[in-house]
Amino acid sequence: MAETGQGAVAAPVKDERVKETSALRKALIRPELGAIVGTIAVFIFFILFAGDSGMFNAQGILNWSTVSAQFMIIAVGACMLMIAGEFDLSVGSMIGFAGMSIALIAVTLQWPVWIAILLTFALCVAIGALNGFIVVKTGLPSFIVTLAFLFILRGFTIFFPQLIERQTIIGGISDAAEGDWLAPMFGGKIAGPFFDWLASIGVIDVFERGTRAGQPIVDGIPMLIVWALVLVVVAHTILTRTQFGNWIFAAGGDAQAARYVGVPVNRVKILMFMFTAFCATVFATCQVIEFGSAGADRGLLKEFEAIIAVVIGGALLTGGYGSVVGAALGALIFGVVQQGLFFAGVESSLFRVFLGVILLFAVILNTYIRRIITGER
Amino acid sequence: MASFDHNPIVEMKGIEKHFGPIIALNGVSFDVRPGECHCLLGDNGAGKSTFIKTMSGVHKPTKGEILFEGRRMNFDSPRDAMEAGIATVYQDLAMIPLMSVTRNFWMGREPIKKIGPMKFMDFSTANAVTMEEMRKMGINLRSPDQAVGTLSGGERQTVAIARAVYFGAKVLILDEPTSALGVRQTANVLSTIDRVRKTGIGVVFITHNVRHALAVGDRFTVLNRGRTLGTAQRGQISPEELQDMMAGGQEMVELESSLGGTV
Repeated sequence: MAETGQGAVAAPVKDERVKETSALRKALIRPELGAIVGTIAVFIFFILFAGDSGMFNAQGILNWSTVSAQFMIIAVGACMLMIAGEFDLSVGSMIGFAGMSIALIAVTLQWPVWIAILLTFALCVAIGALNGFIVVKTGLPSFIVTLAFLFILRGFTIFFPQLIERQTIIGGISDAAEGDWLAPMFGGKIAGPFFDWLASIGVIDVFERGTRAGQPIVDGIPMLIVWALVLVVVAHTILTRTQFGNWIFAAGGDAQAARYVGVPVNRVKILMFMFTAFCATVFATCQVIEFGSAGADRGLLKEFEAIIAVVIGGALLTGGYGSVVGAALGALIFGVVQQGLFFAGVESSLFRVFLGVILLFAVILNTYIRRIITGER
Repeated sequence: MASFDHNPIVEMKGIEKHFGPIIALNGVSFDVRPGECHCLLGDNGAGKSTFIKTMSGVHKPTKGEILFEGRRMNFDSPRDAMEAGIATVYQDLAMIPLMSVTRNFWMGREPIKKIGPMKFMDFSTANAVTMEEMRKMGINLRSPDQAVGTLSGGERQTVAIARAVYFGAKVLILDEPTSALGVRQTANVLSTIDRVRKTGIGVVFITHNVRHALAVGDRFTVLNRGRTLGTAQRGQISPEELQDMMAGGQEMVELESSLGGTV
C-alpha cells in the first residue's frame, strides 16, 4: 500500500512540460475569434471600396442591418441547436410554411391576424418538437430526419395555396393586419420620435418631395432588428450563464456522458429543435407582415445560410462548442457583404462565391482552434 | 485499514440479468463496506460491465435483490442510484473534453444563483469549489476555465472521482479507471482511490489488471462467465491464483509458462 499511497500525492505545482500560455493565445482561444476578425475585415473592406456609395448613411445602415437581422434570427436558433449536437435542415422550408400558414388563416379564412400568428407559432413549434422527438427516439442523424421535413414542409407550402387559392403567392395580408394588435410586434418600428429628433438636428436626411416630405428617411428601427437583438441577448445569456446552458453544451459534447450524470439530454435536444422552429417562425412572420404577402418559395436555402453563419461564428459541426455572439457576427458578415457588393456595384452572384470561400476558411480555423482547446495533436 | 466490522453499504444477492436468450449474469453476489476497496476482477465478457450497470441503476436485475444500507432498493434510473449515493465513473464517458473543468464538475448539478426572478448558474461558487476540490486531490489547475481536453487521462479520472466525492457518494464505482493509462498516471489514480477510501467511502474498483487490484484492494471478487467465483481477503490470495481464476484455469497456466511469467 505504502508504495503507491504516498508517492504521487505531492503533484508538482508546475509541470516542466507545460509551457505557459500567453495572454494573447488565451484570448485567441474562443469561438468568436474568426467572426470578430471577419467582421472587422469586412467593414474595413467596404469602408474603403463602398464608403462613398451611401452604404454608411442612415438609409444604407438600415438596409444592411435589416438583412443581417434576418440572418441573425435564424442563425441564433441554428447555433443553439448545433451546440446541442443536432442540425435542422428544415429551417428554410419552415419559413415558407409558416408564412403560408399565416396567409391562409388570415386571408383565406378571414380570421384575425393575431390568431393566425399565434396558431402558426403553435403549429411550427409543434413540428419542431416532432422533428426533435423523431431524432431522439430513433437515434437517426438529425441530418436525415430534417432533410425529410425540408421536402415535406416545402411540398405542403406549395400544395395548400394551389389547392385552395389556385396560386402560390397570397397577398392582402397588409389589409388584414390593419389595426391588429399583434402584427406591429413583427412588422412595426420603434424609436420613431428619436429618429424625428435626429432628422431635426440634421443627422439624417429628410424626404424633400412626395407625400412624406419633411419626414426622416429612416423613421424608426424595424421590429425585425429588435427581435434579432433580443434573441441574441436572451440565447447568449441562457447558453453561457444558466444551468440549462450547461446542459446544452453537455448534450452536444457527449450525450451519453451527460445522461450518466443526470442531464435530461432528450428534453434539451427537443427544446432546441422547438427553439429553432420558433426562430424560423419569427423570421417568417416579420417577412409576411412587412411584405404583405406569402410566397411558396420563401426561405429557400435559408437553412444552409444559417448553418454557415453559425460555423463562421465558431461553432463545431460536431456539437458541444460554439457561441451565439459568434453566430450573430457571422450573420452580420453575411448581411454586410450581401448588401455591400450591391453598393460597391459588384455582380451579386459573386456573393455565393464569397459564401463558399468564407465557409471553407471558417471550418479550417475552427478545426485548428479545437485542436488547441482539447490538446489534440 | 478497511473496517470489516461495518455493515455493507450495498449488498447484491444472487443477481441475474438476462438479455433475451443471453444470460449475462447468472447469480452474482457482491457487497461493499465503508472505507474498503473491493476489487471486481474479470476478463472481457465476464459480465463486469453488466454487473456495475445493474448496481448503478442502468439495468434492472432479472432476479436477485439489491440492499442499500440494509434496505431493499429498486433503482429505476442512474439518477435514483446517484441520489442514494452510488456514483459511477465510467472509463471514457467520465468527462466532456470541450467543456471547462468547472462545467464538467457541476454537470447535472449546477449551483444556482437567483437574481430577481431569473435563475443563473453561480460561476464564482462553482469555480472556487472546483479549484479547492481538485487541489485536495493533488491537481493544481491553471484555471477552472481550462477545457478538460487539456488534462491527461489520469487527471480526467481524478476530476470525475473528485466530483463524485464532493457530491456525497457513499459508494464509488470505478469502471476500469486505469486501463488506458500510463504507469505514472495509473499510480496517481490508485493513490486517489486510496485517499477516497480513507474518507470512509466504499470503493468498487473494476479492473482486469491483477497488479493494479492488489495495489489498493482490500477484498477481491472474481467474475467469470456471469458468476462470482468467490471473494478473497487481502493477503489470502496470490496474484497467480487471481489470474487463474479470471482466465479460467489450466490453459492459462500453460500459456503463461510459455510466456515466462504472470501476464
